[in-house]
Amino acid sequence: MIQAHTLPRLFAGATNKPLSLTEHERMFEPSGDVSNLLEELDASGLVGRGGAGFPTTRKVDLLRHQRGHKYVVVNGMEGEPAAHKDNRLLSTNPHLVLDGAEMLAQMIGASRIAICVARDNPTVVNHVERAIHERARRNLRGPGIDLHTPPWRYVAGEESALVHWLDDNESLPQYRPGRPHILRIGRGPTLVDNAETCANVGLIGRYGAQWFRSLGTSEHPGTAVVSVTGAVARPNVLEVNLGTPLTNILATAGADTSPQAVLLGGYGGAWLRGDQINTPYCNESLSEFKLSVGAGIIAVLPRQACGVAEAHRVVRWMAHESARQCGPCAFGLPALADDLLTVVRGGRDGVAAIARLQDRCGVIEGRGACRHPDGVVRFVRSSIEVFAHDIDDHLRGGPCAGARSNQRFLTVPALEHEEELIWE
Amino acid sequence: MGVIRRTGMFILQVNPILCDGFGHCAELAPELVHLDEWGYPIISQEPVPMADIGAYQSARYAERGCPRQALHVTKMSAPAPVSNVPLTRARPVSRERRTL
Repeated sequence: MIQAHTLPRLFAGATNKPLSLTEHERMFEPSGDVSNLLEELDASGLVGRGGAGFPTTRKVDLLRHQRGHKYVVVNGMEGEPAAHKDNRLLSTNPHLVLDGAEMLAQMIGASRIAICVARDNPTVVNHVERAIHERARRNLRGPGIDLHTPPWRYVAGEESALVHWLDDNESLPQYRPGRPHILRIGRGPTLVDNAETCANVGLIGRYGAQWFRSLGTSEHPGTAVVSVTGAVARPNVLEVNLGTPLTNILATAGADTSPQAVLLGGYGGAWLRGDQINTPYCNESLSEFKLSVGAGIIAVLPRQACGVAEAHRVVRWMAHESARQCGPCAFGLPALADDLLTVVRGGRDGVAAIARLQDRCGVIEGRGACRHPDGVVRFVRSSIEVFAHDIDDHLRGGPCAGARSNQRFLTVPALEHEEELIWE
Repeated sequence: MGVIRRTGMFILQVNPILCDGFGHCAELAPELVHLDEWGYPIISQEPVPMADIGAYQSARYAERGCPRQALHVTKMSAPAPVSNVPLTRARPVSRERRTL
C-alpha cells in the first residue's frame, strides 16, 4: 500500500524496467472487488489527463446507460512531440494502467479493452505486449485486452480519430455535431480515456477517493505527470502534486530560473510569461491566464531565444500534421505559418502580416471537425500576445539575434513529405 | 385557416469533412453563408427563428443544392444543445406481465 501523502504514486517502485505482475501486486496490493467503484470515482473528482480535462465520472455515467457491446479504449498515443508521459507510464507501471482500464470496463459493463500505443515506439509496444501476456498467463478473469498500434500522427491521438482507426483503419478525426457525442466501434459505444487517467482510476479503485484527494487541490485533486522540456538541464517526466508552484517544478528539472516564457499544455496550448511562473500548477490558478494543464507539457523558452521564430516552427509543423480533411484547417494553418514567417523576416510586410494573422485566427477558429485548428489558433494568439515586444523589434528592423542564431529550443520533428504521411 | 404557424429556431450546419468548397451555398443562401478566402463557407452558429421564412427557404435550397451534401438544417424547439445520445428506452414488460 502506498501512503496517502507520498509521491510518487503512479511511478511508485519505478526502476529502469517495467514492473512485472508479481512486483506490481507486491507494490500496490492486488485489486479487490470494490463494489462502490462508481461512488468512489465520483467522490474523487478525477478529471481526464489527456488535455481536455473532462470529468471522468460524467463520461462513465454517459456510457453506463448505453446498450450494446461496449469497449474501453486506453489512449497511449502521445501525439505531442514534447510529451513522454504515457510512454513513461506504460514502460514503468503498465499493469496499473491495465488495472484502471479493467475497472472502467467493469463500471460501464464493457466486454473488451483496446490499448493503443503508436507503432513508432517499439519499446513501449513490447512492454505493453509483455504485460498483456503476463495477465493472460495468470488467467485473470475479466474482459479481454487487445493491443493496437496505429501510426503516430499528431491528430491520431484525438479520440474520434483513434476510434475511427479501430473501426476502419484510418487515423482521421470524425465529424461530431453536438455534444455530448458517443463514439462507436461498429455499433458498440466506446469509452476513450488517457493512459494516465486509467492509472489514476486504478489507484482510486484500490485506495478510495479519500486517499486520492490527499494530494492536489480541492478543485483539482491528485497528481499530474508532466514532461519538462526546452531550456532544461535534465529534460524529464516528473510526477507532481497539483497546485505546486511552477517555479518548484522548473527547479526540480534544472530549468532556466528566469525564462522568457513557458509553454503549457502542449503545442495546442499557450504561453505563460516568465514573470508569472510563481503560479500554482493546476487548472483553477492557470485559468486566470486562460491556460490549462492540458497534456502536461512544460516547455521552457530562455531569454536568448526568439519566441516568434519558435512559434513559426511549431505552427509550420502543426499545419503539416493537419489531416487535410477540412478546408479551414488544410488551407488556413499553412497560411498562418506563412504569416508568421513574414513576421519573423520583419520589415513593412510584417505589419500587414500581423493584422492578417489576427483576422485569419478569427476565421479559422471553431471550423474544423476536431479541435486541431482551434489549438493552433490559441497558440498563435498567445504567441502574439506574449511576444509582442519581440514582434515590435522584428517589425522595426530585421530578425533579432535569437532568430538569426541556429539554436532552437522546442522539439519539433522533421517535416515529412506530404505523400509519405501514413494514416492507416 | 391556411395559416402555418412557424415556431422554434433552426440552424444551418456544415460537415467540414465533406465540404469541398464548391461555394453553391453562398449563392443559394447569401443571408446565412459567406465564404472565407479559400472558398469554404462561414455560417453563423446562432439559431435563426423559423418565422424568418426567406432565410429558412434559402437554407433548404442550400441544403439541397450542395454537391457534396455537406449541409444540414437542424430544427430546434428549445435552445437545448443538439446531441446524438439516445434517451434510455423504457424497460421491456416482464414475461409474467405479458402472459397475463
